[in-house]
Amino acid sequence: MTELALPHPHDHTHPSGITRWLFTTNHKDIGTLYLLFSVSMLFIGGSFAMVVRAELFQPGLQFVSPHFFNQMATMHALVMIFGAVMPAFVGLANWMIPLMIGAPDMALPRLNNWSFWLLPFAFTLLLATLFMPGGAPSGGWTMYPPLVLQMGMAFPFLIFAVHLMGLSSVMGAINVITTVFNMRAPGMTYGKLPLFVWTWVITAFLLIAAMPVLAGAVTMLLTDKFFGTSFFNAAGGGDPVMFQHVFWFFGHPEVYIMILPAFGIVSQIVPTFARKPLFGYTSMIYAVASIAFLSFIVWAHHMFTVGMPLAGELFFMYSTVLIAVPTGVKVFNWVATMWRGSMTFETPMLWALCFIILFSIGGFSGLMLGLAPVDFQYQDTYFVVAHFHYVLVTGAVFAIIAGVYFWLPKWTGRMYDERLGKLHFWLSTISVNVLFFPQHFLGLAGMPRRIPDYAVQFSGWNMVSSLGAFAFGASQLIFLYIVVRAISGHGAKASAQVWEGAQGLEWTLSSPPPYHSFNEPPKVP
Amino acid sequence: MESTFPEQIRKLALALACMLATREVWADYKLNLTEGVTSISREAYRLHMLALWICVVIAIVVFGAMAWSIYHHRKSRGAVAASFHDNTKVEIAWTIVPFLILVVLAIPATNALIAMNDTSNADLTIKITGLQWRWRYDYLKEDISFVSNLDDKSAAAAKQGSGIDPRTVEHYLLNVDNPVVVPVGKKVRFLLNASDVIHSWWVPDLGFKKDAIPGFVNEIWARVDTPGTYRGQCTELCGVGHGFMPIVLIAMNEPEYLVWLAQQHAASAKARAGGDRTWTREELLAKGDEVYAKNCAACHQPNGEGIPGAFKALKGSPVVKGPLAEHIDRVMNGKPGTAMPPFAAQLSDAEIAAVITHERNAWGNNTGDLVQPAQIKAARK
Repeated sequence: MTELALPHPHDHTHPSGITRWLFTTNHKDIGTLYLLFSVSMLFIGGSFAMVVRAELFQPGLQFVSPHFFNQMATMHALVMIFGAVMPAFVGLANWMIPLMIGAPDMALPRLNNWSFWLLPFAFTLLLATLFMPGGAPSGGWTMYPPLVLQMGMAFPFLIFAVHLMGLSSVMGAINVITTVFNMRAPGMTYGKLPLFVWTWVITAFLLIAAMPVLAGAVTMLLTDKFFGTSFFNAAGGGDPVMFQHVFWFFGHPEVYIMILPAFGIVSQIVPTFARKPLFGYTSMIYAVASIAFLSFIVWAHHMFTVGMPLAGELFFMYSTVLIAVPTGVKVFNWVATMWRGSMTFETPMLWALCFIILFSIGGFSGLMLGLAPVDFQYQDTYFVVAHFHYVLVTGAVFAIIAGVYFWLPKWTGRMYDERLGKLHFWLSTISVNVLFFPQHFLGLAGMPRRIPDYAVQFSGWNMVSSLGAFAFGASQLIFLYIVVRAISGHGAKASAQVWEGAQGLEWTLSSPPPYHSFNEPPKVP
Repeated sequence: MESTFPEQIRKLALALACMLATREVWADYKLNLTEGVTSISREAYRLHMLALWICVVIAIVVFGAMAWSIYHHRKSRGAVAASFHDNTKVEIAWTIVPFLILVVLAIPATNALIAMNDTSNADLTIKITGLQWRWRYDYLKEDISFVSNLDDKSAAAAKQGSGIDPRTVEHYLLNVDNPVVVPVGKKVRFLLNASDVIHSWWVPDLGFKKDAIPGFVNEIWARVDTPGTYRGQCTELCGVGHGFMPIVLIAMNEPEYLVWLAQQHAASAKARAGGDRTWTREELLAKGDEVYAKNCAACHQPNGEGIPGAFKALKGSPVVKGPLAEHIDRVMNGKPGTAMPPFAAQLSDAEIAAVITHERNAWGNNTGDLVQPAQIKAARK
């Protein structure tokens, strides 16, 4: 037998400097890169939101022109969705999935490197438009034609940025599926996979199915603009509403791409701090799978007002409200997990509990929005803005923050300051409700979304909402401080187990785990 | 006599209480959906309240259980964790019960939706066209059509750095020059369409919004049962003027409505007459300035310099300073593929003539050209 000159897995080559990060194929490094990228986008996207809320603080135009306001609203959405929330989940997946399933790394490490390094280029393209003549995209993140076709120089940059983000997401998804299907440690059966892994596998399938649809839709926009096609141009025999159908066929699964991994995170945290196994493990997986399936047949509820046939409106109304059933099952399961547990309330648990309550509030308004005859009143008002911020900020983002507090000691080997963590939690929770709850009232009172200025009757709640926004934005600086402290090696040393009730392979490794972990497959209990 | 300190506090509290009790203060803090003035809006309101209360009850039950558990099953109270992790009966129950609640909601929702879609047997049809950034109303069979713009007072106050406090403007951003008028008690069918980008026509008191889409005609109906003025806004992002294209709908009793119709007929006859005479330079420039401010300044800016990269400058523009025919064509027919819309259908001959005259003489363009309504009339053929 000939000896193969394979690099030995135990020679801990540990490149340093910039090349470590540029050429890394290590899932932990790439996870860290994703998370750092995400947090920087969180602050950039957040500063756009601050501009929006500053302008809406009072009626009248005080700070920015309507043109710039529209740019801020559009860029806020694009940066937060594609730059902050999605990369954060991919970062968590990179860090945690191999540790949870007992794999030495992701299945496709070079692809992993490429998926990450596409993102800085994508966002350079996107953010550079802010400095171009005519400014950044201003037609809303939904990119509806014909309005989007009126955009100036930013247009092709937006389209190519979206292509790159999509490419990155699809490759990340392929990597997750390949890893989970092939690299589980012996004995780590599908029936034992942690919920975070399960939700991510299902999310990855959604990504693979949905992102190419978006790529197709924006490519058709591109050819309509530059190559004389008329996919969405009524005057040329096309159909502007078709774009909305195609977009939301991507867009609704996209919504769940941003929430299913959040369900996974919460399903890891609640049992840990209740010191009791997750209630209804199997029904949780079925619920997530049903939500994923339903996400492909509800898209037109985003566009009830475009004038669909009655039968279409009824179908999409029924399928939409049906999502309440599996979502309800998940919430009931979490409550049942807490029931007769032995609970403690460290920072990750506080965020997770708050997620359950506030995400449910977003779910309730979602149910109301699903009822088509009332949606004709709610559509495109601040009621919708309140709804999707409850599910995306107090839903997705709160779960991500919960996950960061939960796993930060594992990643860095340092405990964060519990007092500061709780301060961050309480300030955020109070201010986020001051920020978004009054927006329900504004919408019901008749304030449309995406307007730079408003009638005087809306001024009271707008001022309250803006004050909440500034406080919420400022509170996140505490988060930044906490994370930076842990990374820079301050704080008490964390044990391998970290949390008393923690269960699973990731907690058998030291904190921080070795650069190369599980080179020998672990024993699955 | 000087009042003592506690007395001052009492007075202050009294004043505060009085202030809070007045409707004006609370008008800023409206909480709920309007019941509106049509059968559709009332049905929407009932459904909204039903769904809201169902959600509130579910929230109380679920969050109540959570709160109970958080209080009683905490480690600090000595709680010892149980080890159960499923219960088929309970899980089936909490799958079926929510489903039944959904059925309770879906039945009235279905009925409401069917009623909304029935646009048959209308007494009157109004075609609504969304334009960047105004609404045009055509009363079919009546030969009345007019464009409805944001009113001048709101427009002036909404300028960045105008120095005008919006609170001093009555119905700020919710007022128009030409409101749409409907008769009370009649079934009015609205046909919605757009000429440039997608808009959405929403008057909350009517109980619906409907998109106005280029190349499509959408239908919806309303039977307003209470005379009054009802205000709304465009609700689909349509560019820089999206926040500045309100809707005002006035519902009148039949006799008043007939008087209004007669006035409209007279007004449109008068507008046509203006196009037949020759205007002086001063008249054209004055009218042109007004038309420009209302229709062009949002993009091309009051100083004619546009927004580089987004909206072309008119100051020194080759089209504005070049051959007249091309300028007239650009204003009347727009430029496809850009934000420049065709104005032929939105503005009268006199208005187009005036605005072109204005553009050719303002901001140092000084071509000295005068354009008469007759030239526009000729260009329409």
